[in-house]
Amino acid sequence: MGALKTQELTINMGPQHPSTHGVLRIELVTDGEICVKAIPHIGYLHRCFEKHAENIDYMGVMPFVDRMDYVASMNNDIAYAMAVEKLLGVEIPKRAEYIRVIMAELNRIASHLLAVGTYGLDIGTFTPFMWAFRDREKILDIFEMASGARLLYNYLWIGGVWMDLTPGIEEKIKEFCDYFSPCIDELDTILSYNQIFINRTKNVGVIPLETAISYGLTGPNLRGSGKKWDLRKNEPYGIYPELEFDIPIGTGEMGTVGACWDRYMVRIREMRESLKLTKQALKQMPEGPIRAKMQRVRPLAGEAYVKIENPRGELGFYIVSDGSIKPYRVKGKSPCFTSISCLDEICQGAMIADVVAVIGSLDIVLGEVDR
Amino acid sequence: MDNKTIYEKLKQKFQDAIGALKEPPAGSHGDPFIEVSAEKIHSILKFLKEEPELLFDNLLCISGVDYPDRLEVVYHFHSYTHLHKVVLKALLTDKTKPEIDTVSDLWKGANWLEREIYDLFGITFKNHPDLRRILLPDDWEGYPLRKDYKHQDYWHGIKVGM
Repeated sequence: MGALKTQELTINMGPQHPSTHGVLRIELVTDGEICVKAIPHIGYLHRCFEKHAENIDYMGVMPFVDRMDYVASMNNDIAYAMAVEKLLGVEIPKRAEYIRVIMAELNRIASHLLAVGTYGLDIGTFTPFMWAFRDREKILDIFEMASGARLLYNYLWIGGVWMDLTPGIEEKIKEFCDYFSPCIDELDTILSYNQIFINRTKNVGVIPLETAISYGLTGPNLRGSGKKWDLRKNEPYGIYPELEFDIPIGTGEMGTVGACWDRYMVRIREMRESLKLTKQALKQMPEGPIRAKMQRVRPLAGEAYVKIENPRGELGFYIVSDGSIKPYRVKGKSPCFTSISCLDEICQGAMIADVVAVIGSLDIVLGEVDR
Repeated sequence: MDNKTIYEKLKQKFQDAIGALKEPPAGSHGDPFIEVSAEKIHSILKFLKEEPELLFDNLLCISGVDYPDRLEVVYHFHSYTHLHKVVLKALLTDKTKPEIDTVSDLWKGANWLEREIYDLFGITFKNHPDLRRILLPDDWEGYPLRKDYKHQDYWHGIKVGM
């Protein structure tokens, strides 16, 4: 039998594909089961955020910011609000800072639950997904109590928060913290230390630290590669310096450092830290005003770049003000955008099934990639 | 290292290619930035990345800004080693054919950030390995984030805008 003639085959994965977590198209060039190239095509969810932002006043941009990373809206709001507050030179009241931290950390848990649950689903296990969404629902109930909305809150405003905490919500958050801690152990048992899951994710999609830094990866994707870097600790903002928490990083306990399992595990461990933070913030929260006293939002001419630690990495806002009531330019630097840009490099030579594992482990939200 | 020292270091090395260090105006609370020549951007940024005292290994963001008389490319840097930050601005006065060197060979993350600016501002990055539109369709007309942008009426028979 003579040598078989083979050729590369190009497959489109997406834009409608369950494991792309939204509308992402990946042009896969394959050689049998091996992926030779994985070129991401984005833009299916482009909603001209930056152009819109130039045509409305500072406060009006807030709901648009919510819709960037729509599973972590609270965190987005903080980033934008902090950037405008920096331009204004406004300091927000202590109580508002605490409410922000509580909301941000709860939203981080909700966002990580979604990431972890759907990741299990990608790999082929269904139960953790249901458990994660059951618990996420409880957080959304808390947010609904606070803001009236379940997904896009518009709750944190420039200069503070929209409304003080609803009566009874503090007990509800405490109740959730006590309830949720054992749930993480359950997730560990059923998913994190499940041998099938480990075999599917260890040594797969390894991102060496130099590559991660060169691409500008941030958040759990960077920490998964072993870099102990978290803006809440390293460039603290808000009241984070007053709170105690650890930064989990990938250590390669299941094989190579920076593999999918490491990135996944950083998220699981971060949920515990977020619980710690929420509990501390609840305990220490003072009484007082919830919004800074200020006139209409109208910063002097100037520009500021502010970044904060979002569940998916460092979300930055670059705002240029010309002294009018509308921002001259708003640029949202999305952590997901940079995460997905390294897909081609880390997928080369991987099996097609592993491409799915890699996308899931990067935890992208297309709303933020495309803006 | 603070902004002033970084500025002096750059000025010493590149002299005329480095413009002014602009502090925010009195009463404003923004960030200071350094204006640099667009022609020499690649060697300046290479120096920023490789000089042991600077070592800006982390490219935070590249943004485009459109002003009536010029286009700007703004670079935000941070160093994991020295924990300092700097903001650099390259001014492109020729708005009809704006061009600047790519830095995607220095930071891989710059590749997509530059593609986004090419897509939305129409700034060409010379020597870029893969300069295609990224958010908009390949056959879109115009550059939406320019202030004088007017959208096309139809795209493949689909009405654009409201």
